[in-house]
Amino acid sequence: MSRQRLSFWWFVGTLVIALMLMLVPLPHVLEAFKPYWPALVLLYWALESGDQRVTLGLAFIFGLCSDLLTGVLLGEQALRLCVLAFIALRFRSRLRFFPMWQQTLAVLALLVNDRFLLLVVRAFAGESTPPALWWASPFVSAALWPFLFLLLDDLRMRLRLQ
Amino acid sequence: MPLAREESSPLFAGTAAGTLRLIFYLALAMVLMVLDHRNGWLWRLRYATAIVVEPVYRLASLPADGFHALSVAFADRRLLTEQNQRLREDLLLANAKLNRMAAVAEQNQRLKELLDTQHSLELHVQMARVVGVDMGAYRHRLMINLGARDGIKSGQPVIDARGVVGQIVDVLPNSATVMLVTDPDHAVPVMIQRTGLRTIAYGSRNGQQLTLPNVPMAADVQAGDKLLTSGLGGRFPQGFPVGEITNVGPSASGMFLEAHAQPSADIDRADEVLVLHDLPEPAGPPPPIAPAGPPASDAPAPASTVAPPRATLPAVPASAARPAATPPAGAPST
Repeated sequence: MSRQRLSFWWFVGTLVIALMLMLVPLPHVLEAFKPYWPALVLLYWALESGDQRVTLGLAFIFGLCSDLLTGVLLGEQALRLCVLAFIALRFRSRLRFFPMWQQTLAVLALLVNDRFLLLVVRAFAGESTPPALWWASPFVSAALWPFLFLLLDDLRMRLRLQ
Repeated sequence: MPLAREESSPLFAGTAAGTLRLIFYLALAMVLMVLDHRNGWLWRLRYATAIVVEPVYRLASLPADGFHALSVAFADRRLLTEQNQRLREDLLLANAKLNRMAAVAEQNQRLKELLDTQHSLELHVQMARVVGVDMGAYRHRLMINLGARDGIKSGQPVIDARGVVGQIVDVLPNSATVMLVTDPDHAVPVMIQRTGLRTIAYGSRNGQQLTLPNVPMAADVQAGDKLLTSGLGGRFPQGFPVGEITNVGPSASGMFLEAHAQPSADIDRADEVLVLHDLPEPAGPPPPIAPAGPPASDAPAPASTVAPPRATLPAVPASAARPAATPPAGAPST
């Protein structure tokens, strides 16, 4: 029972840490290369434990929380994370058995798709199109994906959590 | 056991229920976005949940603060001595300038009193610290540690030692968001110091610059010209440095000159900023004075032939003066 509770708190903790990492500022030069942490952590849990934990409702609530923190537009990240979680859950059984490099490419495709969604939402909200460097973030996120995946998986194994 | 789990996420065909759920959540998110865009729900919600949101910001700013503290703690002794020396020189210079200005300021004050204007050279400011929180790349926003409890209101100008930083756009109980002058949605009415030409400086889409897209073709504008706030628009007080023009060229339409300027404020490296409390004098002519006449109680109670025209007369100049007064106040903000 307590192990189950511990693994639940571990799950919530990683999500909260992802939100924190989203808010922590980077030096000005690196600002554009910042990975989209909430998406990465949500993807990890979607692949790892599937819809036992990550449901569309959870992705929506998680997105609303990060909207509340970034203060851009309520519902924007909720929409993006919902789409991300939906695709990840739909192709979960295939993504899980991909070798790491293929999985990384899939994550890259998901994140680029996410950027397109963001672009569409921003265009509807009447904001100007961002500069070219803005597209660098999905690539940095995808490059970090194997390390994040292995780290989280290793920690989970060591702590013997589900 | 794993086979049983695979039931929920089949290899190829998806379930219709999942798609329906996705459509439901997407619709919900879109409704939220539209409502927020129209009514600004997010900030009301943020204000209501500030007790949760603000500690998160403070927590997220800890790494940046820690880094700053570390860089001070491990800074070279030589570096600190140099910095100290430089600050002393700056202070000396500033004091010398102030002393020279004091007499002029006093004279100015006297003359202004003679002219009966209320414009004063004193500044009512509040010092604010910048909270190190990432508001999103290319968002052109800052967060400061003063909020509604410190009397901060939306629309107050924010400056630093070198010039205009931006203005307050959103206020939480203990923190506030500043829109920088470099934001593409931001516009400042400016005046070129050398020639007195008035125009508007917008933020630019790519990076840390200001754009002046509609300078008349015949205007005398050169690289190196200083931009000051013109005080029109009723947002920024007159005479604060905004930027320095870096290059001038014909605009894409060929109808105007387009100038680019470097903001004079240290926008990237600002640690402390000042929030201005005094707003400029309202632009435009003063409101019409209520016409003096005999009090209404003196008017004869029964309707006479003279009373109605006298009662309607004052309404005409007041309504005629209002449209004339509003354009100068509204025009620069668009």
